[in-house]
Amino acid sequence: MCLTLLIYLVGLFFSETVSDIHKKITTAFKLFDYDANNTVDAREISTIVFSLGCFPSQADLHQIIAEVEEGSSGYVHLDTFLPVMTKVLLEHRFPPIPVEHILRAFEVLDKENKGHLEEGELTKYMTEEGEPFTNKEMEEMLAVLLNNKRGLVYYRDAVGLLGFDGVMK
Amino acid sequence: MGCGMGKSRPLQEKCDRAIRAALLIQRWYRQYVARLEIRRRCTWNIFQSIEYAGEQDQIKLYNFFGFLMDHFTPASSERNLISHIFRENEICHETEWEKYFCYKGVEVPDSYNGPHLTFPMSFCGVSKLMEAFRHKQQLHARYVLQILGETWRLLRNLPNINHISVCHTKEITICGDLHGQLEDLLLIFYKNGLPSSEKPYIFNGDFVDRGKNSLEILLILFGFLLVYPNDVHLNRGNHEDHIVNLRYGFTKEVLGKYRFHGKKILKLLQKIFSWLPLAAVIDHKVLVVHGGISNSTNLHIVSRIDRHKYVSVLRPPKMTHQRNSGNGDIDGPMEGRRRVRSLTNHSSAPAHRNNFHRRSLHNLSVGNYLSCSVEDELKKRRRLAGFDQSYGEMKTSDSDSDPEFRERTEIYGREWKQIVDLLWSDPMPQKGCVPNEVRGGGCYWGPDVTEEVLGRHSLQLLIRSHECKQDGYEFCHNRKVLTIFSASNYYEVGSNRGAYIRMGPDLVPRCIQYQASRTSRELTLRQSVGRTERSALQALKEQLFVHKSDLIRAFQEFDPDNMGLISLRHWATATDSVLKLGLPWRVLRPQLVSRTHYGMVNYLQWIKELSITEPKLEVSDTSILETMYKNHSNLETIFRIIDTDHSGLISFEEFHQTWKLLSSHLKMEISDKAITDLAQSMDFNKDGSIDINEFMEAFRLVDLSSHT
Repeated sequence: MCLTLLIYLVGLFFSETVSDIHKKITTAFKLFDYDANNTVDAREISTIVFSLGCFPSQADLHQIIAEVEEGSSGYVHLDTFLPVMTKVLLEHRFPPIPVEHILRAFEVLDKENKGHLEEGELTKYMTEEGEPFTNKEMEEMLAVLLNNKRGLVYYRDAVGLLGFDGVMK
Repeated sequence: MGCGMGKSRPLQEKCDRAIRAALLIQRWYRQYVARLEIRRRCTWNIFQSIEYAGEQDQIKLYNFFGFLMDHFTPASSERNLISHIFRENEICHETEWEKYFCYKGVEVPDSYNGPHLTFPMSFCGVSKLMEAFRHKQQLHARYVLQILGETWRLLRNLPNINHISVCHTKEITICGDLHGQLEDLLLIFYKNGLPSSEKPYIFNGDFVDRGKNSLEILLILFGFLLVYPNDVHLNRGNHEDHIVNLRYGFTKEVLGKYRFHGKKILKLLQKIFSWLPLAAVIDHKVLVVHGGISNSTNLHIVSRIDRHKYVSVLRPPKMTHQRNSGNGDIDGPMEGRRRVRSLTNHSSAPAHRNNFHRRSLHNLSVGNYLSCSVEDELKKRRRLAGFDQSYGEMKTSDSDSDPEFRERTEIYGREWKQIVDLLWSDPMPQKGCVPNEVRGGGCYWGPDVTEEVLGRHSLQLLIRSHECKQDGYEFCHNRKVLTIFSASNYYEVGSNRGAYIRMGPDLVPRCIQYQASRTSRELTLRQSVGRTERSALQALKEQLFVHKSDLIRAFQEFDPDNMGLISLRHWATATDSVLKLGLPWRVLRPQLVSRTHYGMVNYLQWIKELSITEPKLEVSDTSILETMYKNHSNLETIFRIIDTDHSGLISFEEFHQTWKLLSSHLKMEISDKAITDLAQSMDFNKDGSIDINEFMEAFRLVDLSSHT
């Protein structure tokens, strides 16, 4: 009994309190609160959610935005956002994707097991399947991932390169 | 490989797996991009807040001088040190100036292998000039003086507001701030073509300061102005001001490039800047001005002003016959500008009002403003001079109770405000018009003011510059205001693009973006963010370092038992209270604090690990060093002001007086011994003078970690 209590207390000590979470969310929110009136443009919500270490899909994001947007004003108020986002974080609803999963995802697309993807291959998948990229997103991804000399994406290196450095705590 | 319908089961499963894989990759990548965006915004915030803090410092320093000027009798030595920067336009005639600026006495030696120019200026001449500058050659002082002289003569014939027409299927190009970045100007010319009667241009101010080639840019622009006077239009920016140039590098650049003739060149440029037009209006519909407007902007008044009277826009011109009239300051010198930042190009321009802790002189009574010793000195001198009034009384009653004089001063005040508003203002998203809190000068104007002022003048668009934008341009106020900024990579390589506007008879602006330097274009998103970020963090670490005594004091308040540890939360609070940069410290924390013990920071260790090193000096009083680092720019500005003959050298006595001035301004005690020690630790020249550049170099902070 004492041991579990001890573990619980130690766990509490290391885990974040709700007030910590509130502070984290508020700080990220305020980065986009240009008018200093606790409001952000709804289009910034996805960046804010991502910055809090979450990995939602586009569908997930649309759901969150629908929940927090003030009618159809295009704006989101901190008072609405805070409880919703707190729940998301407490539930660990959109946990980070382990590196191995990304690697495996690339391997699935690399049907011939070449160890790399051609530019055309990757583009087709990213812009036609799943939650498709816009042209701009695709361009930017290629700029980052493409090994220019041969027009190939060495995805093992890419995954290492775009690792999870600087994740906001 | 499509994932259509009607496939066999194993194939369908394969399809699903592929879709799921794609989904995963997409999610992962979008997260990465968002994280980059956050880092980019933080970096931007860092640069901007440090930049604005520096600007506030400059203006405060200038205000301090202004105060000295107003309240010390002419006999005082401090006043004499700096009085020359306030000298109103000399009464002597233009002909006397012409003689002084004459280039004819300047011989070009045979050994000179730079470009030779013939006058009147021709298109060939300007092309030759551009080629030479592209190859890093320097134009001989004789030709510089010649170009400047011709420009001065031309500008005197121009009105305050240029009226331009773009009918007849001509398109006009409008460029924003260039700030001495020659590469950007050359890139614009390369992409867009050179100025000509078929290709008119407006350059919207801030040609100089910060970049290394301010003078070259001026010479090229003036060259084109001389060749195509009806098709090239220059607007004055807030940096076309010799006081601002003292701090932001243009003065230093000219003196460095022209050791002998630099002083004359600078003086001629002072005149030229004061004669630059203030605005341009295209087809009676589009207003182009460097800063912006205020709710009192009236272009009819502006067009009637004698603009050349306002040599420096930081301070209204004084009447020649008054001495200590406080009335000259109804709209006093400028206090710190609160800039409006905008990082997205789809929303309106935002204002980070709450994030800036601005030290407002407005709220301080005069007694607080001066240190005790200076206040006593002031009282003594005033008594000696026969004034028994306090400052407050002086403000309301005239020393010359001449109603005409008072009226004229008021008119000057109003005119001055028109000009300052045009050159220094910024848009804000909220309605209204908010002047700077202290003493007026420059505004933040809202969309309702845009509507009102544009409506009043039957205009439809305001094009302005003055603020750096990530994409080089930005619309706000319902697309009625367009900011155009032409200095790419302004903060650091990869920090932002530059842009220029093309506009035809339809008066619809089209913005073209670019980024100078091939390397920056090839940088991936990640690389350019990383590089800019490193640069911003280094600047921030320097700021932290120079404030280390204050930081330690603040940390210790959270560490009463002297354990040497504080929580991260307290770290953020303390740092914010000392630096007052309004930055999101919690977000920046991982970049600045590498090691924590269970959520606690060993703050003394941390400061040591900032890895900034200071030069080793034998000084008895080390606190003077910290003052030195904190006020690096202030000190340099004061040095350059005191160096009246622009020789780059000041005497030991002047060095001493500089520190005295600084200590008054900062309300700090700096002992004579400390100053003497400091002077002695430098290598004085044999004649007992000190080289300003050498001195500033010796005290520059070096980031150790950059060398690992």
